[in-house]
Amino acid sequence: MKGNAESLGQLAPSHSRGARAWREWLLYTVWRIVLLVVGIVFVAPFLWMVVTSLKLPEQIYTWPPTLLPAPPQWHNYRDALTFVPFGRYFRNSFLLVAAVLLGNLTSNTLIAYGFSRVEWVGRNVVFILVLATMMLPAQVTMIPVYMIFRRLGWIGTFLPLTVPAYFGSAYSTFLLRQFFMGIPFELSDAARIDGCSEVGILWHVILPLARPALTTLALFSFIGTWSDFQGPLIYLHDERLYTVALGLQQFQSRYVTPMNQLMAAATAVMAPVLIVFFAAQRVFIQGIAITGLSGR
Amino acid sequence: MASFATAGKVFPRAPSRLNRRERRRLFVGLAFISPWIVGFLVFTLWPIVVSLYYSFTQFSLFTPPTWVGLANYHELFFVDDKFYITLYNTLYFALLAIPASIAGAFVMALALNVRLPEVAFYRGIYFMPTIVPVVASAVVWSWILNPQWGLLNAFLRLLGINGPPWIGSPVWSKPSLVIMAVWGVGSEMVIYLAALQEIPVSYYEAAALDGASWWHKTFRITLPLITPVVFFHLVTSLIWAFQYFTEAYVMTGGGPANSTLFYALYLYRNAFVYLKMGYASAMAWILFIVVISATIVIQRTSSRWVYYEGER
Repeated sequence: MKGNAESLGQLAPSHSRGARAWREWLLYTVWRIVLLVVGIVFVAPFLWMVVTSLKLPEQIYTWPPTLLPAPPQWHNYRDALTFVPFGRYFRNSFLLVAAVLLGNLTSNTLIAYGFSRVEWVGRNVVFILVLATMMLPAQVTMIPVYMIFRRLGWIGTFLPLTVPAYFGSAYSTFLLRQFFMGIPFELSDAARIDGCSEVGILWHVILPLARPALTTLALFSFIGTWSDFQGPLIYLHDERLYTVALGLQQFQSRYVTPMNQLMAAATAVMAPVLIVFFAAQRVFIQGIAITGLSGR
Repeated sequence: MASFATAGKVFPRAPSRLNRRERRRLFVGLAFISPWIVGFLVFTLWPIVVSLYYSFTQFSLFTPPTWVGLANYHELFFVDDKFYITLYNTLYFALLAIPASIAGAFVMALALNVRLPEVAFYRGIYFMPTIVPVVASAVVWSWILNPQWGLLNAFLRLLGINGPPWIGSPVWSKPSLVIMAVWGVGSEMVIYLAALQEIPVSYYEAAALDGASWWHKTFRITLPLITPVVFFHLVTSLIWAFQYFTEAYVMTGGGPANSTLFYALYLYRNAFVYLKMGYASAMAWILFIVVISATIVIQRTSSRWVYYEGER
C-alpha cells in the first residue's frame, strides 16, 4: 500500500501546540469510533446468523432477543445438514469448483498470453471485443445457450456449468493479461534467442512469475462457482446434483424450515468462502484493485 | 480506461500483405486465443444472433420456433401490464440502489483512507459481505428483515421506533433490497480506496498551504480525481441493476403485490417457468438495447464530469 493516506492532523486548524495535539487525538478517536460502528453494522448480519443457528426453538421468537443462547445448540448444524443431503451438495459444489478452476486457469492463461506476449496484427481490436463481451447482459445469450446444451443432451448434468470455463472468460482473461503485460519483455526475448518456443516461454518464464495472478484467478473462480445460483437453477433439476447455493434455497422454500436450522445451513454454506477469504484476504483485495473489477 | 487507450492500430494492413514474420506471429497469436475464439462464436456471437431470431418466434421447449413477426414485441408493449411493472420496479430500484451504492462505497473508502493500524482489519470486515454466496446472505437478510422478530426492527424498537414491515410490504420491499445492496458494496469500495491512494499527497499539502478545509479538499480535490471510478461504477452497476435476480428470487419471489418483480426475474419466469422462450428472447433484446443505450448516454456525458489526468 502506498503511504499517502491522508493524515488527519491536517484537519485541525493550528492553535497552540497542546490544543492542537488534543484536537488531533479527538479527531482520531472519533474516526476510530466511526470505523467501529460501521464495522459492527457490517458484521451484525453474520453474528445474528450464527447466534440464531445456536438457539433452541423457543429462543428464536422472543423479545428482547436472546443474544447468547446458552447452552449453544450445536446439534442444529447436524440436524440441518442431514435433513436434506447437504453432504452431497457440498461434494457437488466442490466438484464443480475443481472442474471450473482447471478450465479457467488453463484457458485464460493461453488466451491472456496471446493477448499480451505475442504481437500480432489486429490484437488490440480483438481485445476490445473481449472487453465488450463483459458488458453483455447474460440474459441475451441465456436461452440460445440453453437450447445448445439441450440439443447436446446436457441438461441435468454438470457440463453446462463447467464446459464454458474451458473457453475463457473476459473477466479472467483481462485479469491475467494485465498481469502478463507487466512482466519484462526482455525475459521473453532472451528465452526466444535461446530457441525457446512460445509455449516454452509461457511455461518456463511467464507462469512461474504469474503465480500471484493465477492465485487471484483461482480464488475468484472458487467464489464465483460456489456462489452461482442462476446457472444451477436453470440446468440442474435432479436433487442429487444440487449445489450448496441451490440446496440452501430449496431448503428455505420447499420445507417449513425452523429458523435456527436454516441459519445453521446458511453458516455452513458461507463457511468455506469465509475461510478462504480470511486465509487470502490480501490476494483478493489486490486482485480487485489491480483490475478495477469486482467479482460480481 | 488504459486498456482502451492502447488500441491505436486498427488493422494497418490486410493479412495477405503481411510479411512472413508478421504472418507467423498472427498465426501464433490466434492459436493462443483459439479457445476464446471458439467460445466467443459458440457461447456469445451465435446466441446473440439466434436470440434475435427467437424474439420474432413463438416456441416452448417442446415445439420448434414458429415465426410470428413482431407479435412478441407487440404483446410486451401493448398488452402485458407486467412488462411495465417490471420496468418500473427495475428503474425504481436502480435509481435508489445505484446512488446509494456509489455514496456508500465512496464514504467507506474515505473512512478507510487514514493512517490507523486497524484499517486493514476493517477493510476486511467491510469487504466480507461481497464474497459470501448471495443465496446465503439473502436467506440471512430475510430473517433480519422479519417484521416481528428480525434484528433490524428489534434494534429500531430499542430506539423507540416502530419499524416498517420491510420485505413484507410493497412500499418497503425495494428499499429493503437497497439496504442489502449497500451492505454488499465492499468490492467497489476497494476500487475507490485504490484510487484514493493514488492521489498524490502534494495536492493536499498545497491545498493546506492555501488554508483549504477538509470539506474543501474532499469535494475539490478528492471527488474530481476519483470521477473515473465513479464512472466505471455507474456503468457496471447499471448493468447489475438490470440483471438483479437472485435476491428477489430467494427473498420475495417477486412479491408482495409484484413490488419486487424485477425485469430479470420476469424474464427468467417467462423462459423457464411459462416456457415462453420467444417472448423471453424479445425481453432479452429489449434489455440489451436499454443497457447499450444507457451506457452510450453515460459515456457521452462523461466528458462533462469525468476528470482524466493529463487531459486539459
